[in-house]
Formats: sequence, structure tokens, C-alpha cells
Amino acid sequence: MVRLIYCEMLGYESSFGYIHAIKLAQQGNLLEKRVGYLAVSLFLHENHELLLLLVNTVVKDLQSTNLVEVCMALTVVSQIFPREMIPAVLPLIEDKLQHSKEIVRRKAVQALYKFYLIAPNQVQHIHDKFRKALCDRDVGVMAASLHIYLQMIKENSSGYKDLAGSFVTILKQVVGGKLPIDFNYHSVPAPWLQIQLLRILGLLGKDDPRTSELMYDVLDESLRRAEINHNITYAILFECVQTIYTIHPKSELLEKAAKCIGKFVLSSKINLKYLGLKALTYVVQQDPNLALQHQMTIIECLDHPDPIIKRETLELLYRITNGQNVVVIVQKMLDYLKQSKEEYTIISLTGKVAELAEKYAPGNEWFIQTMNAVFSVGGDVVYPDIPNNFLRLLAEGFDDGKEDEQLRLYAVQSYLALLEEEEAFYPQKFLQVMSWVLGEYSCLATDVDPEIILTRLHRLLKKTVVTPETKAWIMAAVTKITSRTSCSNTVHKIIQEFSTSLDTCMRQYAFELKHLCEDKVLMKNLLPFDASCNDIVVDASLSFLDGFVAEGLGRGAAPYKPHHQRQEEKLSQEKALNFEPYGLSFASSMSSSGFTGRQSPTGLSFGSDTSGNSAETGHRETNSLKLDGVRKLWGRHVSDPPVSQSHQTASLSEEEKEKQQLASTLFVGLGSNAGVSLMGKADMAPQKFRRKSKMNETQNTEGTPDIQNSAALALGPLLDALPGNEEGCEGVQHARLREASLCCSDTVEDSLASEKPQSLKHGLDNKLLDSRLSSSSLFADSNIEIFHPLPSAECESASKTLLAPSLPGELAKLPHSEVVELCQSDDLALHSCKVWTDDSLLLAMFVSNKNTSALNSVNLVFEEAEHFQIAESPAYHFSVIEAQSMEYCQQCVQMDKICTQGILSGSISYQSEMETCLQFSIILSLLDFIRPMEMTTEEFGKLWLSLSNDVKQNLKLSSSQDSFSAALNTLQQKLKLHVVDIIGNEGILACRLLPSVPCLLHCRTHAGMLAVWFRSPCSALPDCLLYQCQKVMEES
Amino acid sequence: MIKFFLMVNKQGQTRLSRYYEHVEIHKRTMLEAEVIKHCLTRSKDQCSFIEYKDFKLVYRQYAALFVVVGINETENEMAVYELIHNFVEVLDKYFSRVIMFNLDRVHIILDEMVLNGCIVETNRNRILAPLLVLDKVAEN
Repeated sequence: MVRLIYCEMLGYESSFGYIHAIKLAQQGNLLEKRVGYLAVSLFLHENHELLLLLVNTVVKDLQSTNLVEVCMALTVVSQIFPREMIPAVLPLIEDKLQHSKEIVRRKAVQALYKFYLIAPNQVQHIHDKFRKALCDRDVGVMAASLHIYLQMIKENSSGYKDLAGSFVTILKQVVGGKLPIDFNYHSVPAPWLQIQLLRILGLLGKDDPRTSELMYDVLDESLRRAEINHNITYAILFECVQTIYTIHPKSELLEKAAKCIGKFVLSSKINLKYLGLKALTYVVQQDPNLALQHQMTIIECLDHPDPIIKRETLELLYRITNGQNVVVIVQKMLDYLKQSKEEYTIISLTGKVAELAEKYAPGNEWFIQTMNAVFSVGGDVVYPDIPNNFLRLLAEGFDDGKEDEQLRLYAVQSYLALLEEEEAFYPQKFLQVMSWVLGEYSCLATDVDPEIILTRLHRLLKKTVVTPETKAWIMAAVTKITSRTSCSNTVHKIIQEFSTSLDTCMRQYAFELKHLCEDKVLMKNLLPFDASCNDIVVDASLSFLDGFVAEGLGRGAAPYKPHHQRQEEKLSQEKALNFEPYGLSFASSMSSSGFTGRQSPTGLSFGSDTSGNSAETGHRETNSLKLDGVRKLWGRHVSDPPVSQSHQTASLSEEEKEKQQLASTLFVGLGSNAGVSLMGKADMAPQKFRRKSKMNETQNTEGTPDIQNSAALALGPLLDALPGNEEGCEGVQHARLREASLCCSDTVEDSLASEKPQSLKHGLDNKLLDSRLSSSSLFADSNIEIFHPLPSAECESASKTLLAPSLPGELAKLPHSEVVELCQSDDLALHSCKVWTDDSLLLAMFVSNKNTSALNSVNLVFEEAEHFQIAESPAYHFSVIEAQSMEYCQQCVQMDKICTQGILSGSISYQSEMETCLQFSIILSLLDFIRPMEMTTEEFGKLWLSLSNDVKQNLKLSSSQDSFSAALNTLQQKLKLHVVDIIGNEGILACRLLPSVPCLLHCRTHAGMLAVWFRSPCSALPDCLLYQCQKVMEES
Repeated sequence: MIKFFLMVNKQGQTRLSRYYEHVEIHKRTMLEAEVIKHCLTRSKDQCSFIEYKDFKLVYRQYAALFVVVGINETENEMAVYELIHNFVEVLDKYFSRVIMFNLDRVHIILDEMVLNGCIVETNRNRILAPLLVLDKVAEN
């Protein structure tokens, strides 16, 4: 068996022996058993079918009285175990948590960690056991549980804040040397454990001043203790520094950490230097001054003989780039790129260069030159969106029309210069970009004869290295140019040459071109100048065929039936034949033939950005590329040297001087305004090359940290001021999610405005409702319904009470949640309400102005969430919200990735005296997206057999649901399942996840247990539903 | 997170490999060949961390033997670097002589230290405990 392992290791497939490995694990003596398990864990992967054969052996060994066997079984479980079989061993492993031997407990925790990784829902119920493991008297068990906690805290840090204290205490004990001596490694106490703890603390303390407060002491202590010069202490220090910069900052610690980084960077040991650079890269976003302190070292690292160090330095530079140093930094990156041969590096670096160039480019010329360099160095391996973005940028332009013109003109000129050289070779993607730009904008260059351009393109077409795809791009360019000029000889030559081409595509283009040449008017219409951004209006209903259809019908042809209808009819008539392929091809030809045929020259040139397969990566030695103007931009020839330090360095050697100068150009943006954060500075710099759509994003990120703080501060006193509101406020621990159930509860309103007689308020509410109804019917079709401000009379009366948000009439009839307050400030409050419509989840958002003056330019923006998809534009804009009035909008949300619970967050910003921005988040649960699914028992049966993903579990029935129907009732009500049928002690239920993913449930009672069995086409859905099911059953 | 653990000799022959994410066999050989090529081209005074594709390699040389660990972004390079040393120290303690013919035992030791790509145990006595028990049973 060991030989078999050896074979596999050397790369020879030995699948014939897999079954023997499992047999050995089943039958052999102890050592053989261990080797068998080992072989299994090496050979098989998670989803291997043979793994099922192992389950029985594992169960047997887990029950064994022999300690060694138990340990082996636990080890293999924590290495590799089939997901579906977890329920079979879970109870056994839970028992092992109470075992008297530490090694068994430790391995049991490790096995549970594995389960948590592959199926988090199945171990939901034993979270309190993890806590027990954390408090275990043995260090090993505690350390094992840390892995679980690290994972859980990564996913949701807010849920474990209460444990921060314990982690701090543990770390204190470890650092203080309270562990048994054999945990020491080179006289450092349990270093890896320390690192693990530091990571957890970093995650917990992020953006949380109160939790961070707990950690300062112990971090200080670890920094102090780790002063022995040994590699492992450096590792701890590095982790410490990272944690210190992640949590809420404290100046003393920051200072110490900075000192630490300095020591690393200056170290002569190369590994330490690397570590220091990495730490610096991490830190520099928050504190750019640190980079300033070490600027000379960084410059030295840039010329370091070790490419890895260089690479890391570039990463650091990338983070500190701003509008003023971009030229130098990008040049450095390009230099590195030219030496690099590894594909992965090239891809990621070219991406970064393109991003920087787009963001901070100081001028048109430079931008085009840089992008030229990116395309020629990056070759065909660059990210496909780099050329796309670049072209879009050229086409869409900026606010200033003149600038655009210049940029395009310059691009055309530079490409013509590049194409002048006959022997030069360019990557395909670059050629495609060139031909597109020439096709679109070559007529801007009035001094160049189009004939010359056409000749150059023609020359390209004849080259054999050019792929067919690129040829298509070039042909499209030729067509576009032809449309703007009188007939030329070259065009005729091209037409002649390619009309007989063996490549059908080219022949097609040539013929199209020929016909278009004969009809100049049509050609002009077809290929308007600078219209690449205008959307081509496609008549999707094919209305121009209506006449044809009517004629056909008049002649007695059968009316058209949609595809699915035909299929159904056919199926009901004769079940033997499958008509699917025929139906499919018919449908697609219908939709395409109508209008694409004629526009194909342009259509294709826009659409053919799919490629990537035809990449020719072998030719990267494109030295012949002209990069005039770029090279002289750094070094001694810097055009505008903001030399802040040169007077001090007059006496230094020539080489030193050069370095100094480089440093001053590199750090120019940082030095001039020490103290201002880099991000802020960077965003203030004119970003003309940034696409407009990105603007919103940057503003958001810029504003976030202080908003969160201010929101927390603003809420603090508010919570104190409302002591009587306890019944309305649930879950105060989420300070921002204070629930004020205004929709249905009068109590809250009462306590808020208790002087007001109740009757008056009711009248007011009705009025509010009426006015909303009328306007909502006005906008009934559009998804966004905006209410006009209420008449002033009502405003006055409303000014004394708080605005009470309630749903417009149609929505109010649908099932909906209570209205919840998301966030508020002195001026504005945001409420929301979930409305569960049949086909979607609507989030109704109410923005109310609490002030006596109007609020200007209120923006409501949803951030992109991992699990959810927002139907339309994620942002709403209200230019004015009148005093004491409320605006309303709604947002349709879909679940994109299945999870039991997720957070949708966003921000609202407004202008009163100053610009303010509030953050909010909404918790959406899976159940918000579950709807009952109506079907008959037969349909259920059919669907059941067609589904593959299933999950089974036994749930305990509590005493209150002793009857089967009561249990089903709970499921129906709480989970919104549809009860299809009940036969004896078995029941079938169905539901769907919006929009239409079905999930079927079969359940039966049996000796006080409810056996549930879920099936769905989506693998994650049964798991999540099962979890909800467990929760519901436990609650009731 | 540790992605794989390799022991390769100077001739480029793999002496031990353990993957914590499933990789197909022919891809493994290719990966190992490239990894060792990268390590061999580096001189003593260059740093022991290499960026390779989307992960990092941490390597350490013991005479003719390279120990190479592939890790992802979240791992601390220096900690892994020292882990390698710890591993070698443990091996040293257990085997007094050559380890080539004891592939299974090396694997068992490694399994005690690293599980699912996480460092789970670094205490030398505890790492060796289960293996010593096995040996005792085998003797009897």
C-alpha cells in the first residue's frame, strides 16, 4: 500500500488500488489500518463514490474501545468525509467531546471544524458545545476550537463580540508563559496559537472602538515580549502589526507598530525585508507618512536584485499612487513588466497599470502611450475588459467635448505611427483596438489621407499572423472608413482580393462592402459617425414583418403558435417523438434572421470581444514598439521636479542624487500634505480619466468610516431618551436597527407624541393614505413610485407629530412586515418595510424629512450584496424633500446566492447645512424569498422523481405539536410551505424560491420524530430550508 | 490557509506530497515540476518566499532536500517558514536516520500537524504521541 502511495505521488494513476485501501482500513491490524486510512485520504477526494464504503468502518471505529482506533477514525473524518453522511456520525462525535482524553476531544473538535466547513447548517445546533471546547482545561482542545471561531467570526464578526474578552484573556496567558513548557518553540510560547488569536482579535476589533479597547494591553504586551531575535517572533510581530492597524487605532500602539515595521524594512535579512514591505503595503493605506519615512529604503528595494522584493515594492507603490506620482510609478511597473516572463504576473500587473492610468492620467498623450505599452507588453493575455474599457472610454468621452476630440485624435495619430513600420509585430488585441479606433475616428485626423490608412490596414489584412477574428475587426474598420470617403482604389483592391478568399467570413465581408460601396446613401445611414455609444434600437416584436404575416394569414396559413404551445400539443397527440431540436432551431432563426443580417459589419465589430482563445502568447519580445515620450519622464529629466529635498543633497554623489530625485517624485503627493489621509487626497485630485459611473462608488467609500461613527454617536442619546419605548424596540444590541414598529402599533406613536388626541392622528393617517393612493395609481406601472409633497396645510398639522410611514394602498393589502426604522439623524429618518408579493420581495423605503426646512439632493443608494440582486438601478435620487414630508420608493430584491440570512446595506446622503451620509442595513432572511407552490399530488410525484439534490433529517417533535397535522400547520404558517396532500402519517409539501426554484418536502412522523426529506434542483436550498425548519420546530 | 506541502530533492524528484485541495494527478506533476524549477533557480541570498500564480510558495532547503509549502494570501509567510522547521525538527526527533523508506510515517506526522490546510498542532510530544503508540503495538 505504501508503494501505491508512492506511485500516485510520482504521478502515476493507481485507481485500481483505491478499493484495497478501503479494505485495508476495514480489516488490517492497527498499523495497517492507519496506513489504509492514510491512503484513502491521499487518494480520494470529497465527492469520490468509494468514500461511501468507508462510512461504515468509520462508525465502527468511532465506537471502538481502543483509543488508537478512535483517534484514527476521527483523523480521517476531519480530513475527508462525504457531506451527505454527516448525520450518521455526528452524534458519535458529539459524545467524544466529553471524552476523558484530551487527544480525543481535540480530534473531535477538528472533525466538527471540518463539518462546519462543508455543511455549516448541520452543526448549527452545537454552537454552545464549541464554547465549551473553547473553555476546555486542555490547551490543545482550546486551540482546535479557535479554527472554528476564526471561520465563524470571518463570516459574521458582530455575533461573537462577547467572546473578545475570553480571547484576550487566553492570549494574555499564552504570552505570559502560563502554558506547559512543551508548547514552547525555541523558547517562544505556542507561537502559532498566538498568531491565530491575534487574527481573531483583529477581526473582532475592526471598526469597533469598544472591543478594541479590551485588546490594547495585550497587544502591547505581545509586542514587548516578542523582542527575542528569532524568525518566529518576527512572524508574531508581523501579525501584531497587522492587528493593530486593523482594529480601532490607538496612537501609542501605532507608534510602536510603526517602529517595528521600520526595523523589518531596514533589516539586512531578506526574508524580514519582505515581511516589512508586506506590512508596509498593508499599513500604508491608513498612514501614508510611514512610506515617507522609509522612502529611501523603498527606492533601494526597487532596484533589488531579487525580483520578488521588487514585485512586493511595486505592490506597495500601487497603493500610494496619486495624481502626482502616477507617471513615475507606472513607468516603474512597465519596466518590471518588460523583464517579467511569467504570465500570471503580467496579467495582474497590466490590470493595475491600466487602472492607474485610467484613474490618474495627467494628460492625453501620456494616457494613450501608457495604454499602448500595456497592450503591447500584455499581449493577448490581458484581462478582456481592459481593451473594452479603453474603447468605451474613448467612445463615451468626458464632459469636455474638446478634450475628447484631442484624445481621439492623438490615439489615431499614435496608431498610424505604429502601423507605419512594416515589420513590427503587435498582439492581436492591440491590433483590434487599433483598427476599431482608426475605423471610428480616423477622419478626425484631417491632415492624413484616408488612402494611406486604408493601405496600412490592407497590409495588415495580408499578413498571415493576423487571426481571422482580428481580420474581422480590420474589415469593419475598412468599411467604416470607406463610408466617409469617395471610392478609392485600395477598397476595390480589397474587395477583389477577398471576394475569392477561402475564408467564408472574409468573403462575406468583402461582398457586403462591395454592395455598400454601390449605395453610398445606405452606407452613410448604416454607419453614422461617432455613434458607437448610441444604442441601436432593435425592434424586438418584429413589427416590420406584420404585413408579411397578415398576407400569409390572408392566404389561409395557420396562425403562429409559440414554441411551448406547439410542444404541448404535439406531446398530447403522439408521445413517441421528441420535437425539441426542430422547435429550437426554428425559434432562433426567427429571431435572428430578421434584422441582424444587414447590420452585421458593425454588429460584429462591436460584439466580437468574446475571444481570448486565439491568444498567441509566444511573442512578447516587441522591442520595436515606439514608446517615445514615455522614457524621458523619470530620472533626471523629470519635467516638473517638485524637489523638496534637493538642496540638502547637493553634495551627494550623482547616483544618490538620482535616487533622491526619484524619491521626491514618487512621494510627492504624500509629502506636500502630511497628515491628510492619502485616500482623501487622491480623491480630491482631478480624476478626469475615471469613468463617470465610478464616481458614486468613490464618494461612498470616502464617506463611510466617519458616518458610521457619527451614526453610532447620534443614536446613543436617542436610545437613552426613549426609555418608555421598550416594547417597540426589539434587538437594541444592533444599535442602528432599532425597530420601531410604526405600521401597526399605536403604542409607539402614543409615546412619541402623547399630547395629541388619538382621533386627530387617525384622521391624519387617513389623509396621508388617501393622498398616497391617488399618486400611486398615477405611477402604478413604473417600479419607482415617488410621492409629491403633501399640501402645506397637512404639512403644518403633521409637523407636530412624527411622520408615520405606512404603505400605499395596494401594497398594504399584500402580506408585509412591520415598518422598521433603519437609521435616522436630526434631519431625516429612513424606514423600510418588506412586502412579500407573489413574485418578488419588495422593499418599501420611506424617507422622511423631520426638519422644518427642505432637504436637498437626497440620494438613496444600495450597495451590491453578495447574496442578493437588486432589480434595477440601485440608487434613487430625490432632488428636494419638503419640510416635514415623506418620500417613498420601492426596490425589488432577488436572492442570488442562497443563504439562510444575509445583509443588504446601503447609504442615504443628503444636503442640509452640510452634506451628510447615513448608513443602513437590512437583514433579509431566506424565508423572505420563499413562496408556497401550488400543485397536485401527481405533479408532485413527477417533480419529485426528477430532482436529485436531497437532504434527510430527523427532527424531534415537541409536546405542543404532538399531532402530525399541528406540526404541518406550523411549517405551513412559518415557512410558507404549501401542503399538497396528507396521507395517514405522511405529508407532502411544496414551496418555491423566487423566482421559480422549487423545493419539495416529504415528511412523516415516527415515534415522536418528524422525518423530513427535502428535494430541490438547487443543492444549497434543501440545506438552508432544513435549518429554518429546525429553528421553527424548536421555537414552537 | 495551506494549499499543499511538498518535499522535493535537488534532482526534482518528489519525496512527499500532500494536497489540501483536490488537484488532478497530471496537474500535480506539472505543478511540482514548475515549483521545484522556481526554487532551484533561486540563490541562498534571495528571499524564501516566491509568488507563483495566485498563491505563494514558502520554501526551505535542508541539504539536498527542499520543503515547499504553497499558501494563499491570508497566511503569514514567516509563520509557515518556521512551521517547516518545526516539522523537520519533529522528523529529526523521531527518525534518527534516513526517512526515505518511511513515507507512511512522515505522512502520519504531517497529518497531526496540518489538517485541512490549518496548523493544528505544534507541540512536538503531542505530534509524536499517536505514532509512538502505533509503533509499540506493532512491536508486540
